[in-house]
Amino acid sequence: MPLTLVHARYQLLETIRIPVAVVGSAFFPAAAMLFFVVPFAGDDPTGATYATAAMVTFAVMSANIFQYGVGVAEDRDQPWNPYTRTLPAGPGPRLAGRILAGLVLTYLSMLPVVVIAAVATAARVTPVGLLLGAATVAVVSVPFTLLGLAIGYSLPSKAAIVVAQVIFFPLAFGGGLLSAPGDAPGFIQVIAPFLPTRGAVELMWAAVGDWRPDPLALAMLGVWIVLLATVSGWAYRRDEGRRFS
Amino acid sequence: MILAHADQATRRYGDVLALDRADLTVSTGELVGLLGPNGAGKSTLINLLVGLRRPTAGRVELLGGDPRRPASRRQLGVTPQETGLPGTLRVGEVVDFVSAHYPDPVPRGELLDRFGLTDQARRQTGGLSGGQRRRLAVALAFVGRPRLVVLDEPTTGLDVEARHTLWEAIRSFHADGGTVLLSSHYLEEVEALAQRVVVLGQGRVLADDSTDAIRGIVGVRRVSLVADDLPTLPGVVATEHTEGRTHLLTTDADQLVRDLVTAGVTFRELEVRPTSLEEAFLAITADPTTATGAAVAARPTA
Repeated sequence: MPLTLVHARYQLLETIRIPVAVVGSAFFPAAAMLFFVVPFAGDDPTGATYATAAMVTFAVMSANIFQYGVGVAEDRDQPWNPYTRTLPAGPGPRLAGRILAGLVLTYLSMLPVVVIAAVATAARVTPVGLLLGAATVAVVSVPFTLLGLAIGYSLPSKAAIVVAQVIFFPLAFGGGLLSAPGDAPGFIQVIAPFLPTRGAVELMWAAVGDWRPDPLALAMLGVWIVLLATVSGWAYRRDEGRRFS
Repeated sequence: MILAHADQATRRYGDVLALDRADLTVSTGELVGLLGPNGAGKSTLINLLVGLRRPTAGRVELLGGDPRRPASRRQLGVTPQETGLPGTLRVGEVVDFVSAHYPDPVPRGELLDRFGLTDQARRQTGGLSGGQRRRLAVALAFVGRPRLVVLDEPTTGLDVEARHTLWEAIRSFHADGGTVLLSSHYLEEVEALAQRVVVLGQGRVLADDSTDAIRGIVGVRRVSLVADDLPTLPGVVATEHTEGRTHLLTTDADQLVRDLVTAGVTFRELEVRPTSLEEAFLAITADPTTATGAAVAARPTA
């Protein structure tokens, strides 16, 4: 078994044994689904589909920010991490394994939202749309993975937990994840395109429906990815320099 | 063949000079002890040799290559700190995880049996006793059938029985031709295992010699007594006065007491105590004509 898969497998095992992180990131979007989407948009196929896609984006965002932000910061405190660096493998397989495991957990944490949508709402998606949506989840994971890594590699674990919590709500509300497309309050309509969550949810909507994504939001998503990649790369190298050079 | 080599290796952490031009050579089949008080630079030297850190100056080599290249570490075994084992993973899983990094690992059952952990294979490491955790940590160093095993303070904090079990495992690996570098701040441990001892103090290699020779140097005792006036006595490496008592540091306490009696000195409240390793190091490293007494007196007694 290639080492990346080995590392991914043990990352997953460790997470599954104490599943609070998964439950935590799956809970809020699922609860929002039950309390807001099912009663208010549940009967409207288009509205329910878009709302589901927004909740999936929400789940993807919180899963990634928390598992990388908090997970990486906690790992950096553990002496086990330097030990793995003495094994005959570079840091590559461990990082790649972590990202692979993170993707698996991301899919797991959005599952309740999809199940609720299928069972309790009129949300409908074609098989192609479903596959496109699933693939888009991997794409929109990128900025939030980078955001999580930037937090995890630059902050001690206690600070990382707080920062992750502070960041994820404004990103969700400000990006308009909790309102129907074009139906958000005025100020959110203004700021949303400038947040990474908006570009992400527009892509999800386009994948599962006839939505034409806003070019500004998509451009800003690209800007965010470049920016977050720079920050997380900087934080990673700084951490490596402190502990392993 | 040389398995590990440090050549004038120097390491700074900011302003702190953790390792100062250290030389060390470990050849096939040796069992070398790295002895020194806390903060002497043992862990820093080990971190350089296993590729966790880069020397600020000088050179380190592991199994003929740069320790920072994964390929150089293929025949190296290292022990994680016992506190660092992933608590939710089972013992068998931790072994499997490490095994996956090596081409020809020791089968899990055999390894666990050798370290007396067979019954714990399905327990999570977080639920093990301190001794079991340490045995697992040391066992991990042997998973990949290494030629060189590096153990940083392998038995610190263990009870006597657990310590002897680990010593046995290390001895049998060595008897089969394995090479070991182990650090300790216990003279006893290094004496029990190593044939050669490298003494580190304040980042420098102070001595590199056979275990017997080092025991002669650091086996310093403190002879403490109350006396008005003492003649100059042979074999005293340092003298200090505190609270009316005179403390004499010597490598041969028996002879010193005999000399005291023969000299007809009036003394009372005689005590003979082993010194801490720190005191012994300070006594042998400081310049005997100037700073010795002051340096020793400045230390709180162990």
